[in-house]
Amino acid sequence: MSEPVLSVRGVRKRFDTLIAVADVDLDVGRGEKLGIIGPNGSGKTTLINCITGVLRPERGRIIFEGVDVSRMPTYRRARAGIARSFQIPRPFVGMSVVENLLVPLDYVESKEEGVARAHAILASVGLQSRAGDPAESLSHLELRKLELARALAAAPRLLIADEVMAGLSEPEIDEMLDILFELNALGVTIIMIEHIMHAITRFSERLVCMETGRIIANGKPQDVARDPEVRRVYFGK
Amino acid sequence: MLELASNAVVTGLLLGGIYAVASLGLTIAFGLLQVPNVAHPTFVVLGAYCAYFGNLVGLDPVLAGALFAPAFYAAGMLFYEAYFICFERRGRGDTLQSFTFFFGVALVLEVVLILAVGVDLRSVGAGYIGKSLTLGAVTMPYRLIIPFVIGSTVGAGMWAFLTRTHTGLAIRAVAHDDRALRIVALDPARIKRHAFGIAMMTAAFAGAALIVLNPVDPFIGGEYIGRTFAIVVLAGMGSVPGTLVAGAIIGLMESLVVTFVGASWAPGVSFTVLLATLAVRPSGIFGIAR
Amino acid sequence: MSSWRFGFGALAVVAAGAALPHLVSNSYVFYAGFITLQYVIVATAWNILGGYAGYVNFGAGAFVGLGIYSAVFLFKAIAAPLWLQVLGAAAAGGLLGLGMGYLTLRIQGVFFSIATLALTIVLNTIVVNWSFIGGARGATVLAPAPVWFPSIVSYVFFATLVLAVITVAVARWIERSWVWRGLAALRANEQAAECCGTPTLKLKLFAATVSGALIATAGAPYPYYASYVEPGSAFGLTIALNALAMPLIGGTRSWIGPVIGALLLSSIEQAATVTIPTEVNLLIVGLVLIGFVVAAPDGLLGLFARRQNQGARA
Repeated sequence: MSEPVLSVRGVRKRFDTLIAVADVDLDVGRGEKLGIIGPNGSGKTTLINCITGVLRPERGRIIFEGVDVSRMPTYRRARAGIARSFQIPRPFVGMSVVENLLVPLDYVESKEEGVARAHAILASVGLQSRAGDPAESLSHLELRKLELARALAAAPRLLIADEVMAGLSEPEIDEMLDILFELNALGVTIIMIEHIMHAITRFSERLVCMETGRIIANGKPQDVARDPEVRRVYFGK
Repeated sequence: MLELASNAVVTGLLLGGIYAVASLGLTIAFGLLQVPNVAHPTFVVLGAYCAYFGNLVGLDPVLAGALFAPAFYAAGMLFYEAYFICFERRGRGDTLQSFTFFFGVALVLEVVLILAVGVDLRSVGAGYIGKSLTLGAVTMPYRLIIPFVIGSTVGAGMWAFLTRTHTGLAIRAVAHDDRALRIVALDPARIKRHAFGIAMMTAAFAGAALIVLNPVDPFIGGEYIGRTFAIVVLAGMGSVPGTLVAGAIIGLMESLVVTFVGASWAPGVSFTVLLATLAVRPSGIFGIAR
Repeated sequence: MSSWRFGFGALAVVAAGAALPHLVSNSYVFYAGFITLQYVIVATAWNILGGYAGYVNFGAGAFVGLGIYSAVFLFKAIAAPLWLQVLGAAAAGGLLGLGMGYLTLRIQGVFFSIATLALTIVLNTIVVNWSFIGGARGATVLAPAPVWFPSIVSYVFFATLVLAVITVAVARWIERSWVWRGLAALRANEQAAECCGTPTLKLKLFAATVSGALIATAGAPYPYYASYVEPGSAFGLTIALNALAMPLIGGTRSWIGPVIGALLLSSIEQAATVTIPTEVNLLIVGLVLIGFVVAAPDGLLGLFARRQNQGARA
């Protein structure tokens, strides 16, 4: 069993009196498709923010590919190979679609190679026809694709997809899942956070459920779906 | 020496009262509503001129201020509406544009005042101006005491309003999270509008206090910009009690500097306090550390 | 515009500037030209932090004043030549920009702007209390013009022209590099930019330092130009207002915008000074500024681009 690509050890994050993430331990294997579920406020996004460096936990360590990144600023972690997309898309307005992708590519490739790679990625998500358009003019699905494309631009080894499918129709969800499956086949480890149950159970090899900052279930999707604790959290007693 | 010091301290604390009331509007607008209204001090100056004109027709300046308050409230709501339509609704969270907007308004207002009333200093007359109250070694001119009383009263009233009334609680809630408010079927925009109106209304009172304290000219707003923002940041964004305390601190420090170092150094005090606060404890005295 | 053409154009401009004093004897040209070029410098430099990164500096007047008084200080202390005064001004402005940036940009950009609001009054206070550089009474700076130049004002004009070319070149370099993209990204969404690998804090501090340094250089030639400097005229509100208005009216996304805005506003204001009082002048600029911010936030360049329906630049 090879070393996990990401190790979260004993991470705790507090906001004033609220403990958002309570002593979480989590390992993610190389090339794994991990799903994280849990009701709103259970600490999923806070955990992600701790992993990416947007928030600093009071306690615990984040180890990525064997390197302790806990003290690294976010941009260094991004360059080390951790990418994320945001729940609510955050396109760089004022720039075109392809320029949006050039931002992460600036730190990886030369300008010419960057432009070529940007167009290639846009093609892989189906946005190539919008390359020159301003980011503000994209539809909801296109924005989500841009969000994903931008996260993929610098060839990350870990992608955290935070509710990429919220607000999409069924065929659009399938489209997104195809993109993610293809990505994983190329060797990218993917952590998915979702509320759309059928999508995340279809996608994930392993499912983790969080509640009030703790992991309450961790296992195969079918098992976790049947876990009494998980059912309690979602459906009540 | 002790007499000098104790007078300086008392003067400073009393000044703090007026600094606080001049900053209250900004505490609400900027601290709670995140609207960077750099034009607020200029509105305070406008309030001072309103009190002046009221005084010209025989009204006590404080009374004049109170009479103009509803007009300021309405103006505040209109002003917020304009800001909302131009910026927030269009989804442009761009601070460059909204800051520039308020800066432009501040400038235009100042120039309008210059053109309308001229650059000469204006002062008000009232029975208590010129008289002082002496307690032991300490002499307090009434023109300092009255603004302090205005400041404390408005401050206390504001605090009571924000903590004990439904609208007040809604305003504090909207500062936190306006999505939650929508769920409870309250309209955040409407609440923000009223909040901004209240913020502007304090300018009427603050203006009256200002002109009682000292003669006023259109350029005085510039002095107060640094002070009011320093107070709002030192207080902790959105904290009314913090504003009163921070006002007192800045007033005190300025008074001590004027007495023991030199009057020409006084303008630097609030800026120094602002930088120190940002360096050491950016969340302010009563703010939540993030 | 390719870099070769820009470089050639810049050299041509500088050469023309050097030749002009020998072709034109009307000194008004140089006085007016100096003011215009000063505005070009301030607008372009301001835009590096304000337009590219989105952080508003309300204290451009303070930075210019800092440049003026750095020059006065160096002149009085070591009889420094103009180029050294310029370097001193740049160093002082850069340090101030860096310091303010370091204190405030790590927290929230809003605080940077707030701090700059008070900057003018503070620097004014310091100058007023420092008699070596003149204090409230003012300082006189008299120096002979160097050999090539028939008058000191034509020399100042040339020096400012060179500074303007340098400033525009710097802005253009930034704009064509990854720095501009990083600044634009962090202006659009800082967290997303960080997650893309953008070193946001470093870029912010870089922009603040460069912007501050260049704005200050606009002040360095002023003592020679005016011969007499006092705090009232050195720390003016007009500069602070124009520093915002020129890029916003011209267009903040490119170095061309501030230049257009500066040329436009400067000529209008100078023409207007003769006929209308300063206050009305300020009023009109203020109203126009508000109008642009509300209706044409991308400035004249933006209106032009929209009409041409330009797409991306990639």
